[in-house]
Amino acid sequence: MTIKDLQKALRQNIRDYGMYIALIIIMAIFTFLTKGIFISSRNIANLLNQTGYIAVLAVGMTLVIIIRHIDLSVGFLSGFLGAIAAVMLVNWHMSVWVTLPAVLVLGILAGLLTALPVAKLGIPSFVASLAGWLIYRGALLMVTSSTGTIVIPDKVFTAIGNGYIPDFMPADSPFLPGLHKLTLLLGLFAIIWFIISEINARKSKQAYNFEVPPSDMFVLKLIFMTIILGLITWVLAGYNGLSWTVVIMLVVVLVFDYIAKQTVVGRHIYAVGGNPEAAELSGISVKKVTFMVFGAMGFLTALSGILFASRLQSATPTGGTLFELDCIAAAYIGGVSAAGGVGKITGSLIGALVYMSLMNGMNLLGTDISLQYVIRGAVLAVAVIFDVTTRKVRR
Amino acid sequence: MNTPILEMKNITKDFPGVKALSDVSFEVRSGEIHCLVGENGAGKSTLMKVLSGVYPYGDYSGDILFEGKTQKFKSIADSERAGIAIIYQELALVPELSVYENILLGHEIKRGPSVNWNETIKKANEMLKKVRLDINPASKVKDLGVGRQQLVEIAKALSKDVKLLILDEPTAALNEDDCDNLLDLLRHLRDEGVTSVLISHKLKEVIRIADTVTVLRDGKTICTLDAKRGEVSEQILIKHMVGREINNIYPERKGRKSDEVVLDVRDWNAYDPKLGRVVLKDVTFNLKKGEIVGFAGLMGSGRTELAKSIFGNPDGYEIRGELRIKDQVVHLRSPKDAIDAGIAYATEDRKGNGLILIQDVKQNITLANLHQISRRGVVDVNAEVKTATEYKEALNIKTPSVEQQVVNLSGGNQQKVSVAKWLFVDPDVLILDEPTRGIDVGAKFEIYTIMNRLVEQGMSIIMISSELSEVLGMSDRIYIVSSGRITGELPTVEATQEKIMQLATS
Repeated sequence: MTIKDLQKALRQNIRDYGMYIALIIIMAIFTFLTKGIFISSRNIANLLNQTGYIAVLAVGMTLVIIIRHIDLSVGFLSGFLGAIAAVMLVNWHMSVWVTLPAVLVLGILAGLLTALPVAKLGIPSFVASLAGWLIYRGALLMVTSSTGTIVIPDKVFTAIGNGYIPDFMPADSPFLPGLHKLTLLLGLFAIIWFIISEINARKSKQAYNFEVPPSDMFVLKLIFMTIILGLITWVLAGYNGLSWTVVIMLVVVLVFDYIAKQTVVGRHIYAVGGNPEAAELSGISVKKVTFMVFGAMGFLTALSGILFASRLQSATPTGGTLFELDCIAAAYIGGVSAAGGVGKITGSLIGALVYMSLMNGMNLLGTDISLQYVIRGAVLAVAVIFDVTTRKVRR
Repeated sequence: MNTPILEMKNITKDFPGVKALSDVSFEVRSGEIHCLVGENGAGKSTLMKVLSGVYPYGDYSGDILFEGKTQKFKSIADSERAGIAIIYQELALVPELSVYENILLGHEIKRGPSVNWNETIKKANEMLKKVRLDINPASKVKDLGVGRQQLVEIAKALSKDVKLLILDEPTAALNEDDCDNLLDLLRHLRDEGVTSVLISHKLKEVIRIADTVTVLRDGKTICTLDAKRGEVSEQILIKHMVGREINNIYPERKGRKSDEVVLDVRDWNAYDPKLGRVVLKDVTFNLKKGEIVGFAGLMGSGRTELAKSIFGNPDGYEIRGELRIKDQVVHLRSPKDAIDAGIAYATEDRKGNGLILIQDVKQNITLANLHQISRRGVVDVNAEVKTATEYKEALNIKTPSVEQQVVNLSGGNQQKVSVAKWLFVDPDVLILDEPTRGIDVGAKFEIYTIMNRLVEQGMSIIMISSELSEVLGMSDRIYIVSSGRITGELPTVEATQEKIMQLATS
């Protein structure tokens, strides 16, 4: 393999890798500007915890945008559901194990409710969800009006947004002191699992006599990904290890990525986004897919509300403000196309990370908030321009 | 008459990896109707895009002389200014605007800063008179039929003082009447001094109207033929287009049909609540195992509506009537029901509602039957590639791989993907709506051969087509549809083009 082959592979996959490269560049710049504070274990852990509730929303929003819709209601809905969780825990003294599933179910119902006029009557989702935006904003104010901010003392609930997975060895044990051992072990498992599944996929392709990338290229990819996963593990293990937020975020991304890529349901979602009429005439119920996607969006909105309320250990009257626009921005940075049918779940995670890295890094630098908005806007514009122009080249 | 108005010399245009045009020369004389023919992918559209400035000067090599002067068009605006207008297959009108607004769109008549509407309407009326279209210029374009929209488009071109009018497949979507009308108009315009270039797949109409024919094949000029010297005939054109002689446009079928009725439709009525009109009235027909039944009729006669109403009624018509599949009365409430019951429907509008253009060949082929290649709701991508590759080979779909986006395929190959998609469902009844519209002779022959193979294997096919020769050449029986009613049924041996046209217009 020559450098030329690498360049060619890079050119052909620039759309797929572009966001990863952008993320690495952004992180490198902030690391340089903050003299290493940005990449410190403590800050990265903090960054990932901040990203959690936006990434979870961005996953759902990506699906919604793929089927050519939009959901503006998710911001205040997540705030409202967070407040519902607080009320159930604090005012009604319900168990956290009842509260969590109940809130998640409420989220699904709210998503289906948004989908109802969209799927049944053909009302534009912009309008239907704008109505939801107003309604949930009012509902959030109503719930918090008597008490103002509701403080949540429940230990289990607040651990979701602030806690870390336990370790099987004390951190100050002589073996690898200062590192979170379970996190290291999980990271190791992830690397092994990744390598095995890559090799299996390659074998399966070979069994069908399909073309596979040259073996040196394949090995290089494995080594590269091993280094990346290893680095992430090492950095995380250097602070408190994996937080519950990161665990939830990863599970959500992996599950939804699997659904989108590998399942019949996922195919139907992309088909409806690519050409709804053709999908309908291929025996796919566009209504059903619409309900499913908005239902999933509602579920993830509830999850996001839980993560946020847990992180703040309280529910506030302004909870969820602008989340909808943040996650839409993350989804677009992650490469979803407004024309429908194009977008990746992993892309939305990267988009959320890019977006939150900017915020986090600029906060570390003490950048003025007004300038922060300008830069975030510029990055969004550049990302979408990049996306559109690289798509043209491929045609 | 003999001075060339347009000379394109040694035009070469490369796309990454493909030579779309190589050393093409194309000469149009003033005041003639010049037809440009060739298979899909022969380079006709590319040549016209070079001429109109879609591919700007410098993007290709070679010279363009228009009215004797070398031209370096950088954009469509440049070529329009010089007097060249192109009318594409997909019409470029704004449906929600009125006819007169559309005609003067982009070169509005102004008085000071505002549009002079009275002058606009006056000018639009003149132009409509020129194209002999008698309609209210205030009507919205979306309310006109395709044939009339085409004329509005020509009127728009004429309003720009066009000297060379280029029409890209103008009759592809027209019925015979509108078609005749259009060809007539072109002759009329020729007498008024407008030169036309007509790109067409319909060789009969080329023979009817052309003064000169240029044939392109594989990005090269094959020959230029003079009709007045009797150099143009269907056989000759086909020979030059495909580079081989096709003696039989319609392949012969061996198997014989049985008497087993697979689809039986009785007293079928449909009402469209959205448009508030009856679309089908007392339709009764049947389809036997292993037979091809042709549905002839004019555009808008209700054939597509009939197909869709049977195929699970996705447009939400209110339906009365009885539908039997293999002697069982069925109620199909969605395309999914229809597919499960053994009916497949390949739509007339491949790009609009047939295929998902941004997805690849394999995903389009498997879309309607994903469960076949999935286990517990998880798609086996390798099995998918294998299946798609089998169909690619069986139907001779020309694509570098099944992972190619469908948008990059030619019309004929897109149609094959659409057919493959429905074959993978393995239906008993396959409805093909305009299966060969806009595709070239070679691909047509392949589609016909596939159809024959399918009915020989026991499938039954309903073929909806506006091309009479195709209906006559391929069907065992023919139903004629007019204004939502079946106005006749003819065994093919008794049918003639004249009989069908008579019933279709009754």
